[in-house]
Amino acid sequence: MKRRIIDIISAASVCAGLLVSWRLIIFIFQLPAYLLPSPISVTQAVIQRFPSLLVSLGITSMAAGGGWLASIVVGIIVAIVFAQSHWIRRMFYPYTLLLQTVPIVAIAPLILMWVGTGTFAVGVITFIICLPPVIANTTQGLISTDKNLVSLFLMHNSFGSGLLPELRYRLQLLWKLQLPSAMPALFVGIRISSGIAVIGAIVGELFAGSSRVGVGGLGYAITYANAQLQTDYLFALVFFASGLGFAFFFLASFLEWYFLHNWHESALSPEED
Amino acid sequence: MTLPLPNIQEPQPITTPSGQVELRAVTKRYGNGSPVLEDINLSIAESEFVSIIGPSGCGKSTLLKLVAGLTRLSSGSVRVAGVEPVRARKMMSFMFQDATLLPWRTVQRNVELSTELHGVKKAERAAIAGEMLSLVGLSQVAHQFPRQLSGGMKMRVSIARALSTRPKVLLMDEPFAALDELTRDRLNEELLRLRAEGRWTGLFVTHSVAEAVFLSDRIIVLAAQPGRVTYDLPIHFSFPRNAELRLRAEFEEAVIEVSKNLRGVMERRKEGKEP
Ligand SMILES: Nc1ncnc2c1ncn2[C@@H]1O[C@H](COP(=O)(O)OP(=O)(O)OP(=O)(O)O)[C@@H](O)[C@H]1O
Ligand SMILES: [Mg+2]
Repeated sequence: MKRRIIDIISAASVCAGLLVSWRLIIFIFQLPAYLLPSPISVTQAVIQRFPSLLVSLGITSMAAGGGWLASIVVGIIVAIVFAQSHWIRRMFYPYTLLLQTVPIVAIAPLILMWVGTGTFAVGVITFIICLPPVIANTTQGLISTDKNLVSLFLMHNSFGSGLLPELRYRLQLLWKLQLPSAMPALFVGIRISSGIAVIGAIVGELFAGSSRVGVGGLGYAITYANAQLQTDYLFALVFFASGLGFAFFFLASFLEWYFLHNWHESALSPEED
Repeated sequence: MTLPLPNIQEPQPITTPSGQVELRAVTKRYGNGSPVLEDINLSIAESEFVSIIGPSGCGKSTLLKLVAGLTRLSSGSVRVAGVEPVRARKMMSFMFQDATLLPWRTVQRNVELSTELHGVKKAERAAIAGEMLSLVGLSQVAHQFPRQLSGGMKMRVSIARALSTRPKVLLMDEPFAALDELTRDRLNEELLRLRAEGRWTGLFVTHSVAEAVFLSDRIIVLAAQPGRVTYDLPIHFSFPRNAELRLRAEFEEAVIEVSKNLRGVMERRKEGKEP
C-alpha cells in the first residue's frame, strides 16, 4: 500500500515537472501558439471541443478495435493451418513476413481504392498491420509444444488409423495440448498488435479521411486541425490518440493476465508466490 | 464373445516369442547416418524389471522409443505381447525425465489425461485418478496445480498418470534423474511397491548404477557407436526389497560389479574411437 502511494506521487511529480517545463520552454523561446500551444490552451481545446473529440475517438476506436479483433481471429486460424505441417509453413510463411515488411503508408491508398473510404477501409488497414505478429507468435507457440507431451498424446491415441481418425487425433491434440500451450505466445502476439492497432487506424484515417465531410476519426481530425493551424486542438487529438493506444495495450495486458494467471508463470508477479 | 478365428493377419516370427517384449536383430539409424543401435537382441519376460545403462548417446532413449512404437526401426523386429508396438500402445505407458504435466490442469486432471485419451468415461477416469493419487500418496493435493508442487511430487503425479491406464509394460526414460538423491531413493522404494501391486513389466533407463541395482531383475549394459548389448547381468536380491538393502555389503558389491562393466564399455570406446 505504501509503495502504491509512493508510485502515484512519483508519477504525478514527473507529470507536473513536464507541464512546468513545457510552459517554461514557451516562455523562454517566446513561441507563438500555432507552433506550441500552452498546456492551458490545450486543456481549453479539449473542454470546448469535447463532443467532437469523443466522436473522433469513437470512430477510431471502432476501426482499430474491429481490425485488431479480426486480426486475432484470422491470425489464430492461419496459425493453426501453419502448425499442421512444415511444408505449409515453408510455402506460406515468407508471405507473412512480406506482409509485415510492406510499408503500410505505401499500400494504404491502394486499399482505399479497393474497398472504398471510411471506417471499414481503416479497419482493413489496421487488420493488415496487426496480422503478422499474431500469426508469427501463435504459430511459434503451436509448434513449440513439448515434444514429450506430443509423444504422450500419440502413445495414448485411441482413434485408430485412417483419414477420419487421424483428423480427430489432430483436433484432440490441438484442443487439449497445442492451443493451451500456445496461449502465452498468442497473448504476446495480441499485445504487440494492440500497440500498433491504433497507429494503423490513424495512418489509415490520414488517407481515408471520412465518409461524411467534417466527421471522422482522430487521424482525419488531425489532418483537419493541421490544415487549419489549430495546433491546440491538434495537441488534444494527439493526446487522445496516445491514450487510446495505451487503453488497447492495457486491455491486452489485462486479458493476458486474466486468462493466464492461473497457470502460466510469466503472468505471475514475484510477490504472489 | 470371440470366435476362434484363424490367425492370418499377424505373420508369426519363426522362433515364437516368449517374452513380453522381444527385440530381434534390431538396427536403427536416423536418416542415412551410421546406426545408433545395431543388432540388438533382447527378450524381457512378463513382469520382469530391466534397467538399461550405458554411456550418453548410446541409444537408450531410442531403444525405448522403438518399443513404444514412437520411432520406426530400420531392420529387425520388435514385438510387445506378440504384436507390433503400435498395436500394443494401449497396454504401454511412458515416463519421461521430467514430469511433463500440463500446467493448466490440476493434479487430478493431469492424472486423468492418459485415461481420457484412451476414451474412458468421465466418472470412471475420475475414480481411477483418485485411486492412483492415493496410491502415490498425493490425495491431499489433487486440486492444486503442478507449479505448486515440488519436483518429487510432480514425478509422483507422472507415475500416477502412467499407471492409470493399468499398463502391462511401463517404459521409463531416466524418470528420476532430475531429483535429489533422497527423493530419488524414496521414489525407487515406492516404484518397487507399485510394481508388486501392479505386476507390470518395467523397462527403465538410468545413469545411476545404484538405482539400477536396487530396482532391477536384470541390468543391460549398452556400448556406444553403435549401441549394442554388451552385458546382461542378473540381479539376484530377493523381493520385496526395502531401503535396508542399500546398506548391505552384497548390494555394494553388485554396484561395484556393474560399475566395472560399465567402465569397461566406456574405456573400450575411448581406445577404439578416439583419433
Ligand atoms: N530424432 C533424432 N534424429 C537424429 N538423430 C537422433 C535423434 N534422436 C537421437 N539421435 C541420435 O541418436 C543417438 C542416440 O540418442 P539417444 O537419445 O537414444 O541416446 P541416449 O542413450 O538416450 O543418450 P542420453 O543418455 O544422453 O539420454 C545420438 O547420437 C543422437 O544424436
Ligand atoms: Mg536419453
